[in-house]
Amino acid sequence: MATSVQRATQLTLADLKGRVDPDWCPGCGDFGVLAAIQKALVELQIPNNNVVAISGIGCSSNLPGFINTYGMHTLHGRALAVATGLKLANHELTVLVTGGDGDGFGIGGNHFIHTMRRNVDLLYIVMDNQIYGLTTGQTSPTSRVGMKTKSMPFGNIEAPVNPISLALAAGATFVARGFSGDQKHLTELIKQGIVHKGFSFLDVFSPCVTYNHDNTYQWFRPRMKKLEDDSAYDASDWTMAMEKSLLWGEEIPIGKFFERTDVPALHAAEPVLNESPLVQQDPRVPSDVARGFIEELM
Amino acid sequence: MKQTFAVAIGGAAGQGVATPGDIFAKIFSRRGLSLNAYNAYQSIIRGGHTLLTIRTGPEPVTNMGDRIDLLIPLNQDTMDRHLKLLTSGAACIYNADTIKAGAAADGVQLCPLPVSELADITRNKVAQNTLAIGAGLHMMGIAFAALEEVLREQFKKKGDAVVAENVGVARAGYDYAAAHFTAFPNPLPKTEKRYAVLSGNIAMAMGGAAAGVKFYCAYPMSPSTGVLHWMATHARKAGIMVRQVEDEIGVINMTIGAAHAGVRSMCATSGGGFALMSEGLGMSAMIETPVVVIDCQRAGPSTGVPTKTEQGDLWQMLGAAFGDYPRLIAAPLDIADCFKLIPEMFNLVDRFQCPGLVLCDLLLSEGRLGVDPKDLDFSPVIDRGELILPLDGNGANGNDGSAAMATNGGYKRYKFTESGISPRAVPGVPGHIHTVATDEHMEDGVLISDEFTNPIKRRAMMEKRMRKVTGIEAAVPPSMLRGPRDAEVTLIGWGSTKGVIEEACEQLNDKGISANQLQIRWLVPLHGEAILDLLKGARHTIIVENNYSGQFARYLRSETSFVPDGNIRKYDGEPFMPHHIVEAVKEQLAGKTKLSVPVHEIMV
Repeated sequence: MATSVQRATQLTLADLKGRVDPDWCPGCGDFGVLAAIQKALVELQIPNNNVVAISGIGCSSNLPGFINTYGMHTLHGRALAVATGLKLANHELTVLVTGGDGDGFGIGGNHFIHTMRRNVDLLYIVMDNQIYGLTTGQTSPTSRVGMKTKSMPFGNIEAPVNPISLALAAGATFVARGFSGDQKHLTELIKQGIVHKGFSFLDVFSPCVTYNHDNTYQWFRPRMKKLEDDSAYDASDWTMAMEKSLLWGEEIPIGKFFERTDVPALHAAEPVLNESPLVQQDPRVPSDVARGFIEELM
Repeated sequence: MKQTFAVAIGGAAGQGVATPGDIFAKIFSRRGLSLNAYNAYQSIIRGGHTLLTIRTGPEPVTNMGDRIDLLIPLNQDTMDRHLKLLTSGAACIYNADTIKAGAAADGVQLCPLPVSELADITRNKVAQNTLAIGAGLHMMGIAFAALEEVLREQFKKKGDAVVAENVGVARAGYDYAAAHFTAFPNPLPKTEKRYAVLSGNIAMAMGGAAAGVKFYCAYPMSPSTGVLHWMATHARKAGIMVRQVEDEIGVINMTIGAAHAGVRSMCATSGGGFALMSEGLGMSAMIETPVVVIDCQRAGPSTGVPTKTEQGDLWQMLGAAFGDYPRLIAAPLDIADCFKLIPEMFNLVDRFQCPGLVLCDLLLSEGRLGVDPKDLDFSPVIDRGELILPLDGNGANGNDGSAAMATNGGYKRYKFTESGISPRAVPGVPGHIHTVATDEHMEDGVLISDEFTNPIKRRAMMEKRMRKVTGIEAAVPPSMLRGPRDAEVTLIGWGSTKGVIEEACEQLNDKGISANQLQIRWLVPLHGEAILDLLKGARHTIIVENNYSGQFARYLRSETSFVPDGNIRKYDGEPFMPHHIVEAVKEQLAGKTKLSVPVHEIMV
């Protein structure tokens, strides 16, 4: 880098504006999440050509199209698997995975669990609106019991998944919850999640103003209680985090539930990646190594 | 007829069938003999029945052949199942303490070994196996030194005492045979050739390494797991990131993710796993990120017969994922081709930015073949196509130090071109920021699936992708006819049946029925016109394939309207033997039937 011309161009919010404007419904919680991601990237000054936003399918999964970074708009539920492959092939990239609760906890549930236990170094932001939006309003894995939707018109009889407890149980090394209605707080959590070296899970309440009339901004706002405001709370204490994750009702905690930094990220645990990212490595097997492979068979 | 010799070793799983097999294979290949090994086994870890057939000879041996020259049953069950298959000139070596021979055909030599007299069976649990190897080698006319060398290598790690003990037991078997059994009339020759002995799975894994694969992942599934095992064992030496994934859906998506970052990326599975991958293949096609997926076919449908072979996945390949998109499908012709095909396939998928499917099967995946080491070329041409990697000319990251890379210089990931191929920049490259999408998109990647829906743009992008098909067709050579053009019968096969059909043709020619062969390697593109041209003058055409419905015959008809005079099909899980094809051809030429389904005589 010493010989190259340093052009200290600052990354600005304008640089991160996507080629098209978001087509979410007016008032959708996802606008707040997009804005917080853009703010976090500007505050961290990460070159936008080194950022990849990867999503599945759904309203919130349209996000990569609305931000000027590299992006992949993949298949329903598969963003984490795609992101894992991409990160392992070039671990110098900053990888953000964005999607919804149906995408992540329903169809993608299996990948969610395994990506956490692998501690892949990426930030996974779930815009959790407790409903299927793009398919026009069906029950999601986080819909509350009793909630009436087009697919369960007499009320949901299945218990919802608790994403925070699940993430803690699966071994996620950074677990947090944010609220789209609190930009400043959310931006801070996104920054922490990006900086964390390992799998960061950020569940964000992102109200669906069109199909979810139960979990609205008005419903969330008075319930949001920041963990940072509790001086007794210790985010390095897994048991405490698990207990807090079970709270749901008049008070719902947001903020960083848990973080540990003693587990190496997947790419750091594999010696093949020690010298450089895969994509920068010579694709040829050295001839003496190749000869050895053949001699084994003779 | 060429000189070959087949030894079959049978027993229960866990009884040690594999080790004598490996020892024979090493000894044969080090004598400069070609060999082919096929293991008929069951989906059971301990018990059941497994029969390993190793066929060898001075000229190329491509299949298991028709006869067993030497049978080594390690248990009564094997004796009972297979002694009756032996014909005059064959021999059977067995442990006389535990196994009773049944009725054998005239001219079959029964060779009972008094195992407890020759070895201390309380110390050496596999003494019967080692004695039989020693006895067998004497009968094949091979000097004891060859066996001693292999046993020393085999037991080196266990110390001198174990080596001496095993060499002693083998020697006792060798000497006992010299004194009591009649040697085979033609001793196994020696040649100056040298062979590497490997399975199709190892060949495909090594082919991947040679092609520059940097990322491989898989979920274990027979019969493809051997690819994962080789990759995992050799990953660190070869510089390959190898992962075992939670399911095949994860596998294909991870493979695509790695490929999207710019490395060659591969995965392997069998039919059931492939079914789970098909949505992912559509993504590879839509975002134009190339991957190579290997399907090692086994007998289906569903869980089917996991340890048995079939060519039953062709239509799954042809129809994998919804919608129309360019793809490549090739079936390797033999184990050496399993190696060679992978770098070829990668060059094509990199050039045309689409998925490439390798349609292998259990017969090749788990079979073993002696291959000329020169055919395992680790310096093949690597053509990455129009790829822009995050490197500058000096190999350093091209980042100029600025955080903002908003101006893209008009880069369009899906630029309309005459060839349909658009230069592919991967994430991390400055000045080429874009988002790829599985939704239909415009040249710059922006979706046209929602508010920008537009039939004209959709059509244009569809045609851009499909234009690549023309290039693909030109890049892949058509099949060739092997044998005299005016032959009485033309046998058409695809993939792994190459060797057995070749030998059937030789046998037919020996019997005065001239035969030629059209073996298909590239299924997509098929080159239907070229096939019709080759078959225009054919006198009697028969399609040979390892499935029930004639999947290739139906495909060929759908592409060319060609209907053969007859079909030979086998769907019992076991591969063809040359005489199956020869007898079927004879009955079809005699006008007895148009569809032959040979019966597999070996009960495995």
